[in-house]
Amino acid sequence: MKLKSLALAGAVALLGTGAYADCAMTNTTTVKSLTAGFEAWKAVTDAMAECGMVEAELDQEFREKQPAAFAANPSLYHIGGVANGTLVPLLNQGTIRPLDDLVEKYGAQLTPNQLIRVDGQIMAVAMMVNVQHMMYRSDIFADLGIEAPTTYGDVLAAAEKIKAAGVVDYPLGGTFKTGWNLAQDFVNMYLGHGGEFFGDGNTPSINNENGVAALELMKSLTAYMDPEYLVSDSTYVQQQFQQGKIAMANLWASRAGAMNIAEESQVVDKVTMSIAPSPAEGMRPATTLWWDGIVIAKNISDEEAENAFKVAMEGMDSEMVQANNDAAVWLIPGFEPGPLAAGAAASAAAGAVPYPASSQMGLMHTALGNGISDFMTGAKDAATALADIEAAYLTAAKEAGLVE
Amino acid sequence: MKFKTFAWFVGPSIFLMLLFIAAPLISVFLQSFYVTQPVFESVEVETCTPGFLEQTCVTEIKTRPILDDAGQMVTQTSYVGLQSYRNVLEPARAWEALSNGNISSLLTIDFWKALRFTLTFTLVTLPLVIIVGLAIAVAVNNASKRIRGPVIFISLLPFIITPVIGALSIRWLFIGDGIMTAFLEWALMRDISMFAQGWTIELLMLFYRVWHVAPFAFVIFYAGLQTVNQDTLESAIIDGASRWERLKFVIIPHLMPLIIFISLIHLMDCYRAFEEIIGFSSQAHRISLQWLTYDLLTPDDSGNRSISRASASAMLTMVGIVILLIPLLRRTWRDHKGA
Repeated sequence: MKLKSLALAGAVALLGTGAYADCAMTNTTTVKSLTAGFEAWKAVTDAMAECGMVEAELDQEFREKQPAAFAANPSLYHIGGVANGTLVPLLNQGTIRPLDDLVEKYGAQLTPNQLIRVDGQIMAVAMMVNVQHMMYRSDIFADLGIEAPTTYGDVLAAAEKIKAAGVVDYPLGGTFKTGWNLAQDFVNMYLGHGGEFFGDGNTPSINNENGVAALELMKSLTAYMDPEYLVSDSTYVQQQFQQGKIAMANLWASRAGAMNIAEESQVVDKVTMSIAPSPAEGMRPATTLWWDGIVIAKNISDEEAENAFKVAMEGMDSEMVQANNDAAVWLIPGFEPGPLAAGAAASAAAGAVPYPASSQMGLMHTALGNGISDFMTGAKDAATALADIEAAYLTAAKEAGLVE
Repeated sequence: MKFKTFAWFVGPSIFLMLLFIAAPLISVFLQSFYVTQPVFESVEVETCTPGFLEQTCVTEIKTRPILDDAGQMVTQTSYVGLQSYRNVLEPARAWEALSNGNISSLLTIDFWKALRFTLTFTLVTLPLVIIVGLAIAVAVNNASKRIRGPVIFISLLPFIITPVIGALSIRWLFIGDGIMTAFLEWALMRDISMFAQGWTIELLMLFYRVWHVAPFAFVIFYAGLQTVNQDTLESAIIDGASRWERLKFVIIPHLMPLIIFISLIHLMDCYRAFEEIIGFSSQAHRISLQWLTYDLLTPDDSGNRSISRASASAMLTMVGIVILLIPLLRRTWRDHKGA
């Protein structure tokens, strides 16, 4: 026991000294960060921690506390990790600071693509993009002579063939868990069909033929999925892949790395990344581009902000990317796009649109997440479900003051 | 006891109850009649976000809140009367569905769907908890003294487990190819998906709640059984009463106040069913009233939350509990006066 704790202490000490050497600066004031908890954030916050005095909080439910924590004065965190959607409340409340001067001073290595500009001012610095794209089992596809699908027509045809061959439990996986995931899939499909979410004055406009087509397409996919698809989130789909239970899925790029972790995956090097399918020939890929990046709180002193920004830049440098190349599709210089990034790159090149984050989109996303399952379970037809979702959105938007 | 002494004893609890129960309740009650909104302006904003190789910039009209000089959001609060309650209850849609005699379309409205589930859940588990709790208590009471200790300990285990953890463990037994599902599939020689349709999830939830709460009923009943008058029992035996008759005519009447007590607690707890929804992630098929309030309060990606509707929904839940408790409270009051 004593020996073990001694060895552990030694290891920690070694880790400490070795790590400090990698940071170009010596940090002397406390820097606190609140970010999501997935692999890429772990890599970035670990690299920041090498500078010392960094308290990184990684929390998948960060969105629930971030707005309030940044509104406090002084702010409870210096650095925040955000994505398209979660940037909105911070912008709305004015609790993050413009980064133009800091980028000018310390951000020489940043590419223009990384700088999130709102109204001309840099409000966030992106580190990676994330996008849902097709992942498929290349071995099964080769055996059955199926090409990589580029439209959902192809996907359904391939699913039929795989089902007939009976090589996996379910041909398709899907992130169809009721709530955020299911709504996100509808957003993908609806934008793929070329739909618009809002009309004039933030009124909803999803109850149209694009909306119905998107829902019908989602329903036709479920015929090839695990019947428990309404509880299946990204992690569940990832595990289905790893355990060889499904042959293809439109899954997050950030999950691609997990397919090749030998300890937990039975399909190492058998999963190929390709473009997110479009609803039909000539349409754009049914997916949305997301980015993740950092913001700096407004309610802290300028010195603290400067220091926090320097630490954040240390976390987002090329060495970190080289050490964690496959953890994400990085935007940071030094990233070598490998086969795991192919799907994201192809989807973006084919015109996938950014997720249209805004206050009203947040309400719409919630209304969709709660309303679509009634169509999936057969309690409502597509038009009724969409009409009810529009009504739910209107109620919420009126209460929020977004609609007169 | 002198009034002053009495006041010193009771004072602190009354103060805490006012502070932590009455004050929040009043605050929620008031909030359900008001809506606080930020003041929005519509401005043309150019937003640039990363593409894979180069940025995409879009210029669009954005609705954004106005900030004052101190950097705080400008908000306005207005009295809306019963609007939030109408938003929760959706009386027009509910009435239309009812007048068409279309129950299934009534049950697609969130509140009514949640009410249906919550009531079924509460009223089905109530008798089961009492029967199972009483059965265990009688069994333990008749068990030999040597094994009584371990049996009590094991019977209490489900009650000790944190509710959400208990729900999650049952979920993991059954979800996908969980151990229990795999076993059932093997035993029944057919494919089973417990989480693919509503009624199977509902069954699991009912089972979980009875499993979790029956030990509580058991402990109370077991304590009650120790106070049964042995003379009455013995004379019943001499009169030739069977085991069943002794239970029915001696033991159950003796335990009646306890049965009412457990019913009260159970109705209050069950009407606030929440852990099951989260644990079994049944939102697609089954939601409860408490979950509805929680869902309205949870901020979305853009930081929106519906405080007013959540307050209205919370008040409605409280009203529901009071209505359910009235018959039991009246009975207790009658007994109290009679005594």
